[in-house]
This record gives sequence, C-alpha cells and structure tokens, in this order.
Amino acid sequence: MVKESDASDSSQRGPVERHNARIGMALFLIYVLLYAGFMGLSAFAPQVMSQTAVGGANVAIIYGLGLILAAVVLALIYTVVCRGGER
Amino acid sequence: MIYEFSWSAFLIFAFFVAVVLGLSFYLGRRAKSAQGFFAAHGQVNWFVNGVAFAGDYLSAASFLGICGMIAWYGYDGFLYSIGYLAGWIVALFVIAEPIKRLGRFTFTDALDSRFNSRAIKLTAAISTLVVSTFYLIPQMVGAGTLIQPLLGFSYTTGVVLVGVVVILIVVTAGMVSTTWVQFIKGSLLVVFCTVLTIMILRRGLTVSAPSQPQTVVKTADGRTLINGMRQGDLPQGKNDLEPVGKVLALPNGQTSTGPLGPLKFLATLQGSKVETWTRKDVTTGDVTTTVYTPVARDGSELLTPGGSPTFKGVRSAKLTDKLDFLSLMLALFCGTASLPHILIRYYTVKDQAAARKSTVVGIASIGFFYILTLFLGLGAMTSGAMDVTNNNMAAPLLARSFSQTLFAIISAIAFTTVLGTVSGLILAASGAVAHDLATNSFRLAHHENSQVNFAKVAAVVVGVIAMILGIIFRDFNVSFLVGWAFNVAASANLPSLVMLLFWKRTTSAGIAAAISAGIISSLGWILLSGQAYKDIYHLDPSRAIVPFSQPGLVTIPLGFVVLIVVSLLTHRPRGVLDESPQP
Repeated sequence: MVKESDASDSSQRGPVERHNARIGMALFLIYVLLYAGFMGLSAFAPQVMSQTAVGGANVAIIYGLGLILAAVVLALIYTVVCRGGER
Repeated sequence: MIYEFSWSAFLIFAFFVAVVLGLSFYLGRRAKSAQGFFAAHGQVNWFVNGVAFAGDYLSAASFLGICGMIAWYGYDGFLYSIGYLAGWIVALFVIAEPIKRLGRFTFTDALDSRFNSRAIKLTAAISTLVVSTFYLIPQMVGAGTLIQPLLGFSYTTGVVLVGVVVILIVVTAGMVSTTWVQFIKGSLLVVFCTVLTIMILRRGLTVSAPSQPQTVVKTADGRTLINGMRQGDLPQGKNDLEPVGKVLALPNGQTSTGPLGPLKFLATLQGSKVETWTRKDVTTGDVTTTVYTPVARDGSELLTPGGSPTFKGVRSAKLTDKLDFLSLMLALFCGTASLPHILIRYYTVKDQAAARKSTVVGIASIGFFYILTLFLGLGAMTSGAMDVTNNNMAAPLLARSFSQTLFAIISAIAFTTVLGTVSGLILAASGAVAHDLATNSFRLAHHENSQVNFAKVAAVVVGVIAMILGIIFRDFNVSFLVGWAFNVAASANLPSLVMLLFWKRTTSAGIAAAISAGIISSLGWILLSGQAYKDIYHLDPSRAIVPFSQPGLVTIPLGFVVLIVVSLLTHRPRGVLDESPQP
C-alpha cells in the first residue's frame, strides 16, 4: 500500500540523486535562458539576427550553431560533475 | 522530374534489410522474456544506446524534411534542427535518471511507480498510443512517397514493405533487434552526411546563369506537359523539368570560390545572390497548370529566420503570429523528453549512469547531425540538382550531383531512416497495449510468456493499422502530424513527469487528470486552429476559433495547472492510504 503524500520522487531520492538533480537543474536553467534569448530575438528583434557576428556569418547562424554546441558542452559538463548511478 | 529505377540503390537497401532481418532472427532467442522483449534485458551498452537514440529520433522528417526546407527556404529548416536538439536538454537534465530509476519497461511504469493507479495506466497508455500514431502516419506516408523516386516502386509497395519489415524486426526480437537497427541506421546517417558535407565544402560555390520559368500542365486525359511538350522521351531527346538550385552572384565579383571552410561557406553564401523558386497553380476545367518562377534573392535574407510559410510569423507584425512561432518552439523543446518511443530506450541500459552517458552520446550525435543539416540544405540549394516539384528529394539529389553511387547510398539510407523510427514507434505502442493495458490494467496476461505473446500480437496489429493509415492518408498533408505528436506529448506527458519528480503533493488523480486534459486540450486546440481549417477542412483559416495554430504555449501550462489543482483537491494527509487497486 502506498501513501499519496509520499508520492513525489523528490522524497525518495538519496544524496547522490539530489546532487545530480541540483546540477541538472542549474545547467537546464542556463540552457533555457540561451534558448529563450534566441527565440525572443527571432520574434521581437529580428534585425539583430541579420547583423554580422563572427567570421562574416550573421547572428542567426552563430547563435543557432552555438545553441547546438552549447547543448553538447553542457551535457559533457553534466557527465563530468555528476556522481554515482552505477549498479 | 522523371526518376529512374536504380539497381544500385535497390541492392544497397535490400542488403541493409537482409542484414537487419538476419540479425533480428539471430537475436530472436535472446528476447523470449518480457525483460528481453521490452528492454533488451537492460544490457545494451551505453554508447550503442546513445547512437540508437539518434537512430530512433532522426526520422525521415529530420533527414529529408529539414534538408528540403533549408534548400527551399533557407534558415527556417534549421529552426527545426535547433528545437529538436534543444528538447534533449530536458531529457538529460530533468528526465533521464529518474525515469530509469522509477520505470521498468514503459514510461507509464515510471509515472505509476508510486501509486499503482489504474487511471494513470489507462491515460498514459492512451497518450502513448495517440502520440505514437500521430508520429507513425507521416513515417508511413513518407515511406510510400519516397520509394518511387528513391527505389522506383509504387506508393503502396513502399508502405507495405516498411510495415512488413518493421513487424518482422519487432516480432522476432523486440527491443534487441530494434536497438541494433537503430544503431546501424544512426551510424550510417551521421557518417554519410559527414561525407556529403565534406564534399560540399570541397566543391565550394560557383556562379551559374539565371534560369527561365518552368510550367507543368496536367491535362484532362492524364498527360503531363513540361514547358508545352510531353514529358519523357521524344524523338529529339528527353523532355523533363530542368534541375534547379543556383548561385547567381558571389561576393567581390568572383565566379567560383574553390574549397571553403565551414564558416567561410556560410559567410560567402550570406554575401551571394541565390536563385529560389515560387510556385503558382491555376486550374481551368480539368487542366491544372503549375508555373514555377525563379527569383533572385540575397543570401543575407535567406540566412535569417522567417522566410518559410511555417515560420513567417517571425517577420509578421501581429502578436498572434509571433506567439504561434514561440508556441511551436516551446512544443519542440518540451516534446522530445515526453515521446514514449524515446523514453523506452532508457530501460535498455543497466543503470542511471548508463542512462546519463547514453543521453550525452545521443545529444552529441544528434547535435552533430543537425549542424550537418544546415550544410546539406544549403549545399542542395546551390547544387544545380534539385527537383523544383519535390523539396523532400533535396538531400538525395544533392548526393547525385556528386556521384550516382552516393545517390544510391543516400537513397537507401533515407529509406532505412523510416525503418529505424517506425520500429521504435511500434515497439512503444505494443508496450502500451501489452504491458500497460493487457497486463497491468486488465490482468489479461498472467505470465511473462503471455505478456510477450500479447506484445507480439499487438505489434502486428499496430503495424497493420499503420500500413492502412499510411494508405488512407496518402493524399493528405501529413507533415504537421509530427508537430501534433510533439504538442500532445509535451502537453499530456511532460507536466506529469516533471511534477512527479519535483512536487511532493502530486496525486494519482492529478496525474491522470493532467494527462487527459493535455490530450484533449492540445487535440481540441489543433482541430480548431487555422492550420486545421486550411489543411483538413479546406476552409478560410482566418475564420478559425483559436488565435494561433500551435497549442503548446497554452496547453503545456494548462497541464501543470490541472495537475496542481486536482492534486490539491485529492491530496490526503500523511498516513491516509491510497484507495487505488492493488496487485
């Protein structure tokens, strides 16, 4: 039998899981800011997107490629900083 | 354009099918238990699982659709690449480890792990079936549509071929064979798209003379006239549409650049003039005339968002148009981590660390592939090889501009992308039917063997339904169904997954209500949207009831609100036992 009040996973997690979840949430928020910035610029300041940024390419190209690379970099940071989870 | 049967493409595809079917039958004995069938015994290596994530996720829509959209409209196709990849961040940082820790075979297991609630099992299984079906239909229609130009068979042959091969893959060895099919497909896709990108950069950009307009007339007696003459072989040679995709001017008056680095390629194109095409249909009686007109456009305009019909809201002054764009990008961000066929892959690895590492491999391979889509699309845009009538063929025709062998390989890979994704979808749907409904909800399967048999029968039934839907939906514009799948998944599944992990007062009634509200509200919104008015009812989209077409911006928060309100209303203090049925 299960108590409804114990339903949340957060109450079941050990210290390692909580540590990993905290790091995950921090990195997640960083990415949300980057993603929201891109969408906000595209929708509300499109003229910024057409300005030249790095190597002659415009902000849209550099920011878009940067979002994909940022996902890979944050994922790598997460694997280095996270602990445990092995069985 | 006239496409001829390619023996080399057929033989490469047949070889791939023979390998995966041989592998499936060989691996069949390893998947006799439920743990083997649904989760490959949880023994899949994390690196293999990571690449299989790519094989599962990168559907024909990703490979052919995004490349075609970039080749046709420029930057806008890349917005899909960005959104599809960003969704993996939610999967890695929020979902991956808990879902592995809490579940066994399906994501319903994780949602229901603390409750044992029939309402959760039912609603989550229905959500899985709805999302998987919306995802399946475009894959099957894609298989039928692509097989003619790619391999030379009829539409129905394509749908049936994919259906039969995938049913065999799933029924013989379930997740074991599905994993290997997806691993092989993911590897081939990334490797050969890399080869193609290197060839594009080595070729560089070259100026060509502007094109003339082209017309296609479909006469009442079924003939096709190209620029006023019958299409096909004529005494004076073959009459067909001219391939398109030209650079009209390069920066500083150059005529050819020679090999370019990746960033230099993009910067050069940005300073160039490129020929794109507009299409206009005129129907008079039984005769339909389509006029394709070349337009010279600045590269700088093509390389900023908002040039396509899908994302035109970006450049619109109306707030609702901008909200439509933001809503779609939110659904792509939230949808990936809620797709059942992706989530079940987490049960194939042994522990949470492996789940984490395999997601990182998935993000690296999928991210790398999506960067390549930008070069493949722009390479096709400037290849001089595109079919003005079919932008889905941009990537294979780009390959043909280099060599016939590469065309054969890319064509075969394009078709196998359908196999990998459809296998995952049918397995997810079969798990929902056999594990969530038959075994856990209705207690129809009492032994492990009967659960596996149920799953195999379910896979055959779902596969046959997919084939039938593929044939029924032949003439519909199905491209938006993938968007529906992401919206329904994000609205129905994500609020429950997230709140279960982070809110202590979540109740089983709250989860079941949120899933139901997510499915109903997102589907309802879609069916009342301008897109549905235009594509389904063929009515004036301005008469649509909802202010913008993409529901995510409203229905994802609604899922959270419903879960919170219902949980607060049904929450009981500590010590009060759940009345849900127990095993």
